Amino acid sequence: MPDTPEHTISRNEVAHLADLARIDLSADELDHLAPQLSVILESIASIQGVAGDDVPPTSHTLPMTNVFRDDVVRPGLTAEEALSGAPEVEQQRFKVPRILGDEQ
Amino acid sequence: MSADRRTAAELAAALASGDTTSVAITQAHLDRIREVDGAVHAFLHVDTEGALRDAAASDERRAAGSSYGPLDGVPIAVKDVIATRGLPTTCGSRILEGWVPPYDATVVARLRAAGLPILGKTNMDEFAMGSSTEHSAFGTTHNPWDLDRIPGGSGGGSAAAVAAFEAPLAIGTDTGGSIRQPGAVTGTVGVKPTYGGVSRYGLVSLANSFDQAGPVTRTVLDAALLHEVIAGHDPLDSTSIDQPVPALVEAARRGSDGDLTGVRIGVVTELGGEGYQAGVLSRFAESVELMTKAGAEVVEVSCPHFVHALATYYLILPAEASSNLARFDAMRYGLRVTPDVAENGAPPSAEDVMRATREAGFGDEVKRRIILGTFALSSGYYDAYYGQAQKVRTLVTRDFEAAFERADVLVSPTAPTTAFPIGEKVDDPLAMYLNDLATIPANLSGVPGISVPSGLAEEDGLPTGVQILAPAMADDRVYRVGAALEAALLDQWGGPLLDQAPDVPSVEPVETTGERR
Repeated sequence: MPDTPEHTISRNEVAHLADLARIDLSADELDHLAPQLSVILESIASIQGVAGDDVPPTSHTLPMTNVFRDDVVRPGLTAEEALSGAPEVEQQRFKVPRILGDEQ
Repeated sequence: MSADRRTAAELAAALASGDTTSVAITQAHLDRIREVDGAVHAFLHVDTEGALRDAAASDERRAAGSSYGPLDGVPIAVKDVIATRGLPTTCGSRILEGWVPPYDATVVARLRAAGLPILGKTNMDEFAMGSSTEHSAFGTTHNPWDLDRIPGGSGGGSAAAVAAFEAPLAIGTDTGGSIRQPGAVTGTVGVKPTYGGVSRYGLVSLANSFDQAGPVTRTVLDAALLHEVIAGHDPLDSTSIDQPVPALVEAARRGSDGDLTGVRIGVVTELGGEGYQAGVLSRFAESVELMTKAGAEVVEVSCPHFVHALATYYLILPAEASSNLARFDAMRYGLRVTPDVAENGAPPSAEDVMRATREAGFGDEVKRRIILGTFALSSGYYDAYYGQAQKVRTLVTRDFEAAFERADVLVSPTAPTTAFPIGEKVDDPLAMYLNDLATIPANLSGVPGISVPSGLAEEDGLPTGVQILAPAMADDRVYRVGAALEAALLDQWGGPLLDQAPDVPSVEPVETTGERR
C-alpha cells in the first residue's frame, strides 16, 4: 500500500470500480463521473493523518452486546408475499438468469 | 379552500372533545394535497382510500369511547424510504419503481397501532442521497416559501408537506441531516432522535450506522407527541436501544413555559463563521440572545475535530451505502433490465443483468457514492481512507463528550444557507455536500438533535433554523430547550413563522407516482 495515495481517480480506475460495484457505465458517464470523483476525493483526503495509531476506530456508536431470544414460531411472510416483488417467478421460486459462465 | 393550519396537538384535542372527526380532518388534508401538490410535489403516492378507511375506523373507536392514544385519528405522511405494506415504496429510485412491500416497517406499524391514518408517501433524494430532493427519480419537490427553490433534502417531501399544510405530521429519516436541514429551509421542526432510539426495521438502509427516523412537524410539542409514538425498543432491529424512552412530551411542555434557568448552552465555535450566510448567522445570534434572556447560561465550546466531520462522513457513508445497496441485484424485487445476448451468443448471466439493471435503475448521485464507497473499501486504500475515517469518528465523539461536560446542550445554525434555487448545485456534488456541514457531527456520534425555525434571513426573506444537540439518550433536552426557544420566538413574531409564508398557488397534482408509468 502506498503511504500517501494519489488523491485522484482516473477514468480507468472508475471503470474498474464500477465493474466491482456491478454497474455498467457508458463512456459519457465515465467522462462525467471521473473528474467529479477526483474533486470529492481531493477534498476528503484531508483527514489523512488527523488521527494517530492510538485512536481506536468507531464502526458503531452504541455499545453492542449479543442478544438471545426464545426459539418460538412467529408469523412470517407467505411464499406469495415474499415473491410479490420478484421480477420473475417460477414454481414458487425466484427465477434468475444463468449464474455460471461458459468456462464454469 | 383554506388549509387546516391547526397543529397536531390542537387536532388531537379537537378529536378528543368530539369537535371534529378524523374523517373530516383527513379529508381536509387530502383536499389540500389535491389543491397544492401539483405545485409543491411533496408526495410520490397519495392513499386516499386507505387514509379515509383508517380515519373512519378511528372515529368508530372514539364513538365507542376508546382510543389508541393521543394522536389517534391525526393523519400523517411517511417518507418513501420506509416500508409500508400495500403502499408503494420507491426510495425515490427507478430501481424500486412500483415496489409494494409485503410488510410494514416498525415505525409504520407503530403509527397504525396509534391510529394515525397514513396520507401517502413523500418525495426524497434517491435513497436519501442529497440535500435538495433534486436527486429524486420522480421530480423535484418545491419549497412552499418559494417554488423555484429547493425544500432541502433528502426529506424535502416530508418537510414541504408539513410546511404547505398538506399534512400536520410527517416521518423523515436523518443520515447526515435529512430531517433537520429540510426543517431549517422550510420553516418547520425536525428531530433526529438518538441513534437506536427509533427502530430501523423496514427503513431501507443508506448508511446503517447513521440512519435514524424521526418526526417532521410544525411545532416542538407535535414532534414530541409523534416521537413518543415511534420510539422504543424493537427486537427486530439489533441496534435498537433497550432502555425506556425519556419523557419527551413532558419536556416540551415544560420548555414552553419559556424558562431556561440553570440550563447550560454551548455554542460550538466550529459550526459558524466562514461558509455561513450572514442572515443565518444573525438569526442564530438572535436565538442565542433569547435563550440567554430565558435564563440559560451560554458558553462557547470548541469541538476541534468537527472540521473533519464532513470528510469523515463522505468516506464512511459511501462505504456503508455501497455495501447496503448491493442488495439491489435485480433478482428478488425491483427493476430487472436484461441486456442483449453477448457477442459469443451466450445468454446474459445474472451478473450481466445486475450490471445493466443498476446502470438503468440508479441515478448519478447514487452511482457516484457507490463508486466512491467501493474505492474507500478497496485494498490498498482502506487504511488511508475508510480506516482513518473510523478513527476520526472516535475523535468527533470525544469532542462531543468533552463539550457535554461543559454544556447541557450544544447549539449551532442548522444549515449554512437558506434554500437555494433549484438547479444551482445539482451537478456540483461538493457544493451540495456542504449543506450538511453542521448536521453531520450528530450522525457520526449518534446524538439527538432538533432544528427549530429561527426566523427569516434579512437578505432573502427565507427561513433559517437553529440546531440543538444533546447527549445520547437525552432527547428530552432538545425538546425542553427547543420548546423554550420556540416560545420566545413566537412571542417576538406574534404567531407561527409559517404565517409569513406566501400562499401556495393552486395546481392540482398531475398524477400520483410510485406506480409503474
